[in-house]
Amino acid sequence: MPQTSSWRRSGRWRNDTRLALLGETPWDKPRPASFTLDTGVSRVKYDQARWTDDSDDLYEPLLSEKTSKTVDIEDSPLPDDLTRDSLSLPDPAEPELARHYTRLSQMNYGVESGPFPLGSCTMKYNPSFTEDVAARADAAIHPGRPDSTVQGTLALCHRLQDYLGRIGGMDAVTLQPPAGAAGEFTGIQIAKAYHEHNDGERSEVVIPDSAHGTNFATAAMAGYEVVELPSGDDGRVDIEALEAAVGDDTAALMLTNPNTLGLFERDIEHVADIVHDAGGLLYYDGANLNALLGRARPGDMGFDVMHYNVHKTFATPHGGGGPGAGPVGVREELAQFLPNPHVRERGGNYEHYEPANSIGKVHGFYGNWPVLLKTFAYIARLGDEGLRDASAKAVLNANYLAEQIEYEVPFGPFHHEFVASAGEQDAADAAKRMLDYGVHPPTTKWPEIVDEALMTEPTEGETRRSLDQLAAAFNAVAGDSDAELADAPSRPAAKRIDQVTAARNPQLSWQALDDT
Amino acid sequence: MSNSNSHATGSPYAPQTAAETAAMLDVVGADDLESLFDVPESVAFDGEFGIDARSERATRREVAGLLSRNADLTEFLGRGHYDHYVPSVVDDLASRSEFLTSYTQYQPEVAQGFLQALFEFQSMLVELTGLDVANCSMYDDATALGEAATLSQRVRSVSGDRILVPEHLREGKRAVLSNYAEGPDLTVESYPMTDGVADVPALADEIGDDTAMVYAESPTVRGVIEERLGAIGDLAHDHDALFCLGSDPIALSLLERPADVGADVVVGDAASLGTGTAYGFGLGMFVTREEYLRQVPGRLVGASEDAADRRAYTLTLQTREQHIRKERATSNICTNQAWVALRTAMHAAWLGPDGLVDLAEDCVTRARDLADRLDDIVGVTAPIHGRHHFREFLAHTDQPASAIVADLAADGFAVHAVDDHLVQVCVTETTTDATDEFVAAFREVAK
Repeated sequence: MPQTSSWRRSGRWRNDTRLALLGETPWDKPRPASFTLDTGVSRVKYDQARWTDDSDDLYEPLLSEKTSKTVDIEDSPLPDDLTRDSLSLPDPAEPELARHYTRLSQMNYGVESGPFPLGSCTMKYNPSFTEDVAARADAAIHPGRPDSTVQGTLALCHRLQDYLGRIGGMDAVTLQPPAGAAGEFTGIQIAKAYHEHNDGERSEVVIPDSAHGTNFATAAMAGYEVVELPSGDDGRVDIEALEAAVGDDTAALMLTNPNTLGLFERDIEHVADIVHDAGGLLYYDGANLNALLGRARPGDMGFDVMHYNVHKTFATPHGGGGPGAGPVGVREELAQFLPNPHVRERGGNYEHYEPANSIGKVHGFYGNWPVLLKTFAYIARLGDEGLRDASAKAVLNANYLAEQIEYEVPFGPFHHEFVASAGEQDAADAAKRMLDYGVHPPTTKWPEIVDEALMTEPTEGETRRSLDQLAAAFNAVAGDSDAELADAPSRPAAKRIDQVTAARNPQLSWQALDDT
Repeated sequence: MSNSNSHATGSPYAPQTAAETAAMLDVVGADDLESLFDVPESVAFDGEFGIDARSERATRREVAGLLSRNADLTEFLGRGHYDHYVPSVVDDLASRSEFLTSYTQYQPEVAQGFLQALFEFQSMLVELTGLDVANCSMYDDATALGEAATLSQRVRSVSGDRILVPEHLREGKRAVLSNYAEGPDLTVESYPMTDGVADVPALADEIGDDTAMVYAESPTVRGVIEERLGAIGDLAHDHDALFCLGSDPIALSLLERPADVGADVVVGDAASLGTGTAYGFGLGMFVTREEYLRQVPGRLVGASEDAADRRAYTLTLQTREQHIRKERATSNICTNQAWVALRTAMHAAWLGPDGLVDLAEDCVTRARDLADRLDDIVGVTAPIHGRHHFREFLAHTDQPASAIVADLAADGFAVHAVDDHLVQVCVTETTTDATDEFVAAFREVAK
């Protein structure tokens, strides 16, 4: 692979650091339960008092196993033939409920628990104050109100549309899509509407093989054939392959830039020309926008449509899988196709209107409003300077971390994330072993262009100290044996979980649990 | 930039000091931060967004200033988005950062807590519906309905490409369904309703072997409790179509179990438990039969065992999903509404079965009582449908509905205008205390 040597640096500094770390840290095996990675400055460790309900060898039983009650439906205000017979559900008192969920939270790892370098996911710190903003009583309004009574909400939406447009270099923005994939669906429906409006239907969407799975699924959901584009040897779009793939049937090319290897598509203008010359549109997947804030804008690169992942770039919390929001920006010519309704300003007042050739709706109401409020608050807090700095520090952190780890990083120069190779190790096993060192592992085994990929995105939120600790965890795993990796993890709430049995014998509710 | 902490420039959430930054650049071998960016000159952005940074306090003040432009209205509004009282303990527990700031549970060994909470959420929906498999969320009721329509195309026993929906259906929901229907070339058609409920004989005329799915709601968008769900389900099954039922978890605590009326899929919005009014922010339920398990969209949490033979939870059957199956996935959904589901499960557990049934019964009696009171007003007939209602109902007003809405807004109340002389009124425990004033105001504006 190209550039291997230049991106597999082995500076003395790193080795020295590792030696210093090793000298200060008890690596003897097996790891004691209180094992922590430590730079050696402070050695205060403790085991918190922890009450356990381990009668059944479980840290926390199911609610249904603690308390359950069946209520018969009798004397209801409805005729019997319109009601169910009974309802059986857990019935905990509030103190029990509080303890149940507190204990569940103790078995969960979040951004505030420690380093979370999950590639492609931008697990950055979520500022607390945005929660207070979203929880405001005057934000808790009903979507059925007339526009004249929600001027504050519409004004805020309008300002956020404007901000996102400036950040992406886009002329118009919809806030309706409730997630990144919903944003993709919106963007591809817009592309479809554009073609139907102009030159008739097109049947294909071109997507690089290194793209997020959602791109392929979105194109298929919108009724398109997917044309998969093989990556070039340098990890970027292969121009010859692109020229061969793009033609009269091409509705759009979906591209992530920087791509999932963290590499900027240097030929982006050429790529845009090829797609545009064929009459197609260029779609920007905003998953990696945290790399570029204030440095480059999709609109300036030639992209026609883009989505923003506000739960990545703009620090709204991931919430264990959601909610997010996936606003979509378009250039002027495509604004007529935006979802209904869109917010505009008229003489100092704000109103919903239906764009002339709207694709219709992608959410039953107006999208994930509380998430959008947090987005607005984050952007306002940071401003130009903060947004630029966030990207710069995210890129710095990724480069610094890569410099400290022993795994090979075959592709560069990368930006906010890099993809290391676990080499002879199984990347998924290496990830499990990292859990024993107290950090969340990277994304594994993807993109496939890197063998045993460890896709790593530390974000701007880590300090140099925590990056050193994270690197020590990577390097400790790199030095562990295959047997140690295969047995990992030993420290978290659960040991390695049997995925095969889970899929072969699905038990998806407490009602379905095997009586064993 | 007036930050209150020590990081005087840049992002307040990027902790590197200037000295650390310099040292790190040195380690990386870069002269400055700019040189880390491999962006060609021709597409580099050297302008400004023109967004001034604000302090935390100033940002909060600005949002407060903007939102103060929202009128202070007591909302008697529903039509798919409902305000129920959410206990403080839900906010408190859900805000724990281990939940709020965690990711999708792709490393289940360090996400047992959230997985168990989602497993419990799925189990609650299984109990409420009587069906076998609940996923751990879609975006909202509208997108869940769209997903149900596409499911019909993946189920082998179903043929056809027509989706039949009730004449009384929220416009936004139907618009989303239409977008989901476009890819697989489905057509969406309405069947008529009579006096607020499905016109079953008319549906029998509409339905055919080309029907892929029949959708019904209970309660309907007008708050009417559908009375012949079993007959609708039978019609669907007689034509090898899926029967999809729309409802919500509070209504399901009292109304007929979907499994008992032949529902194949249950969709709806579950955020009515756990999240108050939030401008339409929702939580899509998706519950179905075990035989369609491999075709279910979205994430599923299953129980398994860990290497120590202890019960453990994990995302399962992921080969249905986009990150593995790509264009052959059952849906493109990735980010979902997991945290909203967490809140719903907490709220349901807080209420317990007694609390849920009581709340559901109150939804029937409160709507009935308020309709009776409005019906006593000269110029108002309520409810217009001689049916049982849940939370809400339609009232006919001699005055134009638009005038009623505007005049009530001037008095501090919000209701829906549904047609020229039809308004819709929704009442829950959060608005009960304001009912006397509301009725008095209604009496004045109805004149």
